[in-house]
Amino acid sequence: MSKARKSNKLKPVLFHIFAISLGFFMVYPLLWTLASSFKHNSEIFINSYSLIPKKWAVAENYTTGWKGISGITFGNFLLNSFIVAAVGTVGGVLCSMLAAYAFSRIKFIGRNFWFMCVMMTLMIPNQVMIVPQYIIFKRLDLINKLQSLIVPWFFGSAFFIFLMVQFIRGIPKELDEAATIDGCGKLGIFFKVILPLLTPAIATCTIFSFYWIWQDFFQPLIFMSKPKYFTVSLALNMYLDPNSFSNYGALFAMSVVSLLPVIILFIMFQKYLVEGIATTGLKG
Amino acid sequence: MRLSGHSKKNSKENITGYILILPWLFGFLLLYLVPMFSSVYYSFTNYNLLNEPRFIGLDNYKRMFFNDPTFWKSLGVTIYYVFALVPLRLIFALFIAMLLNTKMKFMGVYRAAYYIPSIVGGSVAVSIVWRQIFGNKGVIMSLLELIGIHQEVSFIGNPSTAIWTIILLGVWQFGSSMLIFLAALKQISESLYESAMIDGANGWQKFTRITLPMLTPIIFFNLVLQTINGFRAFTESFIVTQGGPLDSTLLYVLYLYRRAFTYFDMGYSCALAWVLVGIIALLTLLIFKSQTVWVYYESKEER
Repeated sequence: MSKARKSNKLKPVLFHIFAISLGFFMVYPLLWTLASSFKHNSEIFINSYSLIPKKWAVAENYTTGWKGISGITFGNFLLNSFIVAAVGTVGGVLCSMLAAYAFSRIKFIGRNFWFMCVMMTLMIPNQVMIVPQYIIFKRLDLINKLQSLIVPWFFGSAFFIFLMVQFIRGIPKELDEAATIDGCGKLGIFFKVILPLLTPAIATCTIFSFYWIWQDFFQPLIFMSKPKYFTVSLALNMYLDPNSFSNYGALFAMSVVSLLPVIILFIMFQKYLVEGIATTGLKG
Repeated sequence: MRLSGHSKKNSKENITGYILILPWLFGFLLLYLVPMFSSVYYSFTNYNLLNEPRFIGLDNYKRMFFNDPTFWKSLGVTIYYVFALVPLRLIFALFIAMLLNTKMKFMGVYRAAYYIPSIVGGSVAVSIVWRQIFGNKGVIMSLLELIGIHQEVSFIGNPSTAIWTIILLGVWQFGSSMLIFLAALKQISESLYESAMIDGANGWQKFTRITLPMLTPIIFFNLVLQTINGFRAFTESFIVTQGGPLDSTLLYVLYLYRRAFTYFDMGYSCALAWVLVGIIALLTLLIFKSQTVWVYYESKEER
């Protein structure tokens, strides 16, 4: 009896010890980034593992990092990233939403064929298209313009279409029929029935979209060569180059700045992310 | 009369349908269909962006298979990377999901802590941090020093361990798979476990006979998607290890990128891209074919 009680008490303790140590390993790299952004440059390569700075240089690191390179501040890079992520996300989610409604509720000729095309683009890595896309964008004179980063996201993406199709299929068709009896057309049904119920899926897509565009590195790397148009990812990559910038404290300070919007969104909308992943079974 | 009314409704639905998918359709044409066809064409040409593409037949493909050891190297590295990363991440995610699938305090906090790496893991910032953690005079080196082990070359500098630093970066992002497994575990009906208990099954038997079979559709789905995603990895090898040392971490997409945008070997890199599509298609097909052997679908069993 007492033995059983003991093991019952011990089990949660062991669980929490394990869970906390694993949690520490998981967030350690992030804590380390934050700590390193506070450390003086000379200290970063001495006792590197330490999370407590001996010589603080917060103001110095953050101002140097923010100053940027040759008159282009980090604020400029942040603004570029914000514009691309915001416009790309709004366009992408809207276009995906419309397409998802058509694929799940409207019987038009070729529907299955086009949906198959959606699924195909889900399977083909975007990297495969990058060379011809680059050539097309060059012809359209989009290189070194923010549009070149917005366009690939703006017209919707397979992942979001798929996610919302799954979601709309879960909405009972009886609701559509009731609305039809009330005199709603297909668009009326969309605005009055589907849209209000779709908001959780829209939230999930919006956050993921923002994340992906914000953190995208491959496309900016290829489409942008002038620092003025660099996004945050590219700017950090540039800071890494010892020939142009060799201040590790400032590099980590700006790394923290670049991760901040991501973490804040995560804390605010955790629920939608977790639910979005769990219901679709797709990786984010 | 009825017929015409019907077809009128149909044509109206057709128009509405196409208006709604029009933006996507435009994007599909501009970003997928046209690039796809031109990419097939370029893959049979010699093209450096300056001159007009010159048709050279299958030469790019021949060069790749018979004359380009770096292609084989990067293919080997990528397959090693994917085949190590995907199973490790899935096993780890499942293990943690099983542990978290109990009623304990602070579960939300743990879940969030384990999930955050998946959110930030793909960023340049994290790759830079990874480089400092495993690199020269980095976190690992200083920790080893602390316990009296002197490391001559960092894990990133050593050709036989460098790939594992980026595999670890991938495994570290097990959080989203964990969430998927957690959701799936909650779906498994309690009555299955109860009847197993009556039959005298132990914990391991419950796991292998109930939990694992019930999860196989989810595992299957994730296996497909993560394998595809694994072949797309780029930032890791570009920032953390820069493909080195000795090309030991030269992932396929990084090699493709260098061919295209360092050497402006556009035709050849299009050929590289299509071989990648072929490999991904083949692997996806194999995984799909294999599902009859190991994936358990409930409805099929009931018939």
